[in-house]
Amino acid sequence: MSDKIKFTIDDVEIEAEAGQTILQAADAAGVYIPRLCANKNLTPHGSCRVCTVKVNGRSQAACTQPVAPGINVESESEEIKAYRKSLVEMLFVEGNHYCMFCEKSGNCELQAVAYRLGIDAPKHEYLFPSRDVDASHPEIFIDRNRCILCGRCVRASKELDGKNVFQFVGRGIHKKVAVNSDAKLSDTELAGVDMAVSSCPVGAILRKRVGFAIPVGQRLYDAKPIGSDIEASRTDK
Amino acid sequence: MTKPKVATTSLAGCFGCHMSILDIDDRILKLVELIDFNKSPVTDIKKFSERCLVGLVEGGCCNEENVHVLQDFRKNCDVLISVGDCAIMGGIPAMRNGISLKECFQEAYQDGVTVYNPSGKIPSDKELPLLLDKVYPCSAIVKMDYHMPGCPPSADTIWETLVALLTNKPLDLPYELIKYD
Repeated sequence: MSDKIKFTIDDVEIEAEAGQTILQAADAAGVYIPRLCANKNLTPHGSCRVCTVKVNGRSQAACTQPVAPGINVESESEEIKAYRKSLVEMLFVEGNHYCMFCEKSGNCELQAVAYRLGIDAPKHEYLFPSRDVDASHPEIFIDRNRCILCGRCVRASKELDGKNVFQFVGRGIHKKVAVNSDAKLSDTELAGVDMAVSSCPVGAILRKRVGFAIPVGQRLYDAKPIGSDIEASRTDK
Repeated sequence: MTKPKVATTSLAGCFGCHMSILDIDDRILKLVELIDFNKSPVTDIKKFSERCLVGLVEGGCCNEENVHVLQDFRKNCDVLISVGDCAIMGGIPAMRNGISLKECFQEAYQDGVTVYNPSGKIPSDKELPLLLDKVYPCSAIVKMDYHMPGCPPSADTIWETLVALLTNKPLDLPYELIKYD
């Protein structure tokens, strides 16, 4: 008797281990579900909602929802795709995302997910918020214009670096990532090699003096859409 | 049958997107078989002389003249396309959106380190278009029908889009041709 859990994503049968989330099981089976706040090395956060799927007709975040026998997961339906598109568009208008000169462009997960979802331009009104940049640290800067509040840095600093450098402050539209010091990033324990830095999916936390090193055309998402690596391991094709 | 007309303009842009239009290279010969350019920097026609099928708009709106030109395009074109990130979201000029107009003027004409302006006056000639409080994406001023992202959109993207539109075929751009940079 196998202890595998069987369920379906878009009518494709998936086998999962007990205790896995839908996202983990989908990744293992080579089925890509778009996500931004989820990262396989970090505790699921469930905040960006880009990985939203319908589980037996109810909307759930695939990164936090555990698998269960026989559930029917809907991921690539027109309804869910439109919902994801709208979420990502909102992230673009809510911050100041200047892809044209951002060091992260081409390697940015927000941009890559937008490409994959086929977004040509956000439908919503741009907010042009006033956000600050903290470049006080000798090796790292934080540009809050590009932050999407995924909380990866918060989790990575705590869980992987054992430091607790970042934390959210404020609520709603005023929510932002703050640093664990009186004022500046340079007063924290953050180091250039920390996972909190490399875990940022966008260009909000970046190492200095390494930008634009990879030529256009050879960057992570220049040729193939995000998720291609996961889909390459798909077995049922 | 007369050829459809295409108009182009560069508002608060750098003309990079127009350079990308020219970058279609020898395909421009095929393009002039398909269309006639009307109002455009390419032809130097300043005013619409007839109704256009397509209007290609580069750049967002940073001053009142940009707004008037864009409204004129909307009136005279059946299909308006934002070409490039500036038309779509304001682009580099929109970086001033977090700074007050007063500060912008002070930096440009009074306090900037390379400024030479003995009178210390901020230009205010009637002939100069008034700056808007912010740089606006084109879609904040008029309805834009389609958006072509990129800084600039590649010549292939522009070519494929125009040809699909002019030949009434669905546009299915390959992954590499949609980029925001």
